[in-house]
Amino acid sequence: MTGLYVVAAATLLTVVLGLYRALTDGWIRGARRRDGGVRLGAEQLGKELGGSATFVQFSSAVCARCRATARLLTDVVRDTPSVAHVEVDAETRLDLVEQLNITRTPTVVLLDKHGVIRHRIVGAPRKPDLLGALRDVLTDTAA
Amino acid sequence: MSAQQPTATPKTVDPRGPRFGAAITTVLLAVILILGPGVPALVLLVIQTIAFGLGSLVGLSAQPYGLINKSVVRPRLSPPSELEDPRPPRFAQTVGLIFAVAGLIGLVAALPVLFYVAIGFALIAAVLNSVFNFCLGCELYLLGRRAFGKPLAARFITANPN
Repeated sequence: MTGLYVVAAATLLTVVLGLYRALTDGWIRGARRRDGGVRLGAEQLGKELGGSATFVQFSSAVCARCRATARLLTDVVRDTPSVAHVEVDAETRLDLVEQLNITRTPTVVLLDKHGVIRHRIVGAPRKPDLLGALRDVLTDTAA
Repeated sequence: MSAQQPTATPKTVDPRGPRFGAAITTVLLAVILILGPGVPALVLLVIQTIAFGLGSLVGLSAQPYGLINKSVVRPRLSPPSELEDPRPPRFAQTVGLIFAVAGLIGLVAALPVLFYVAIGFALIAAVLNSVFNFCLGCELYLLGRRAFGKPLAARFITANPN
């Protein structure tokens, strides 16, 4: 009988977890309070920032959706030369992971032209959301 | 197969394969839990542990459910729209193996709580994988690396203000 209860509890927990994740994954968030003032530069990323904005993607080898996210970002930055896409291997850059408090991959942070974190997307992002966030940063930069 | 540059990540897995395997795993683990401690559950759990062990230690191409998928299911499906890096699903097999071994220890050592907790978590991970295509082990991997990836000494040094 105990086994039946465990199966029921596990199923319930799974459905709650799965639905919560399906609903919130890839949500775009404005910079968190602790991101305020955090600035990333070429010396930390090992790659030049974009002239107007930079997507920094944290990936890892065990992350199935990082590849799809990388393809999506490559696609998004293709037509805008001033926007860069930098992919960071989270495992070899645990220093950055700690500094930005990144908990899972993929996590994408969007930097403005000064390298200041403006948006953070945890999970696999959707293209319209990425474009919206980018527009937001670019119009801010232009103003 | 086309030749690829050596630095490219290997893409060899039809993503539907691991999900099919997770579905079989889900059913087996649920049956094991409902049977409760005893010889039938032990037999099934040994089978499941071997499956995880082959997938984790040898590779996904040796995973028995993957082989069933390859010989029975996949010929009936259209070709996959994309192939996937085998490392994430293989890591998931490793996580499954750890829980399955813990469950086995619980059975053999007559520790029912360990058995129920370990197999319960394995079931959660398998359902998340098969139904929501969400790999729990992969999600927790980075947190694990953050907690245990650095030598203890390094953590003490970074704890100091500089």
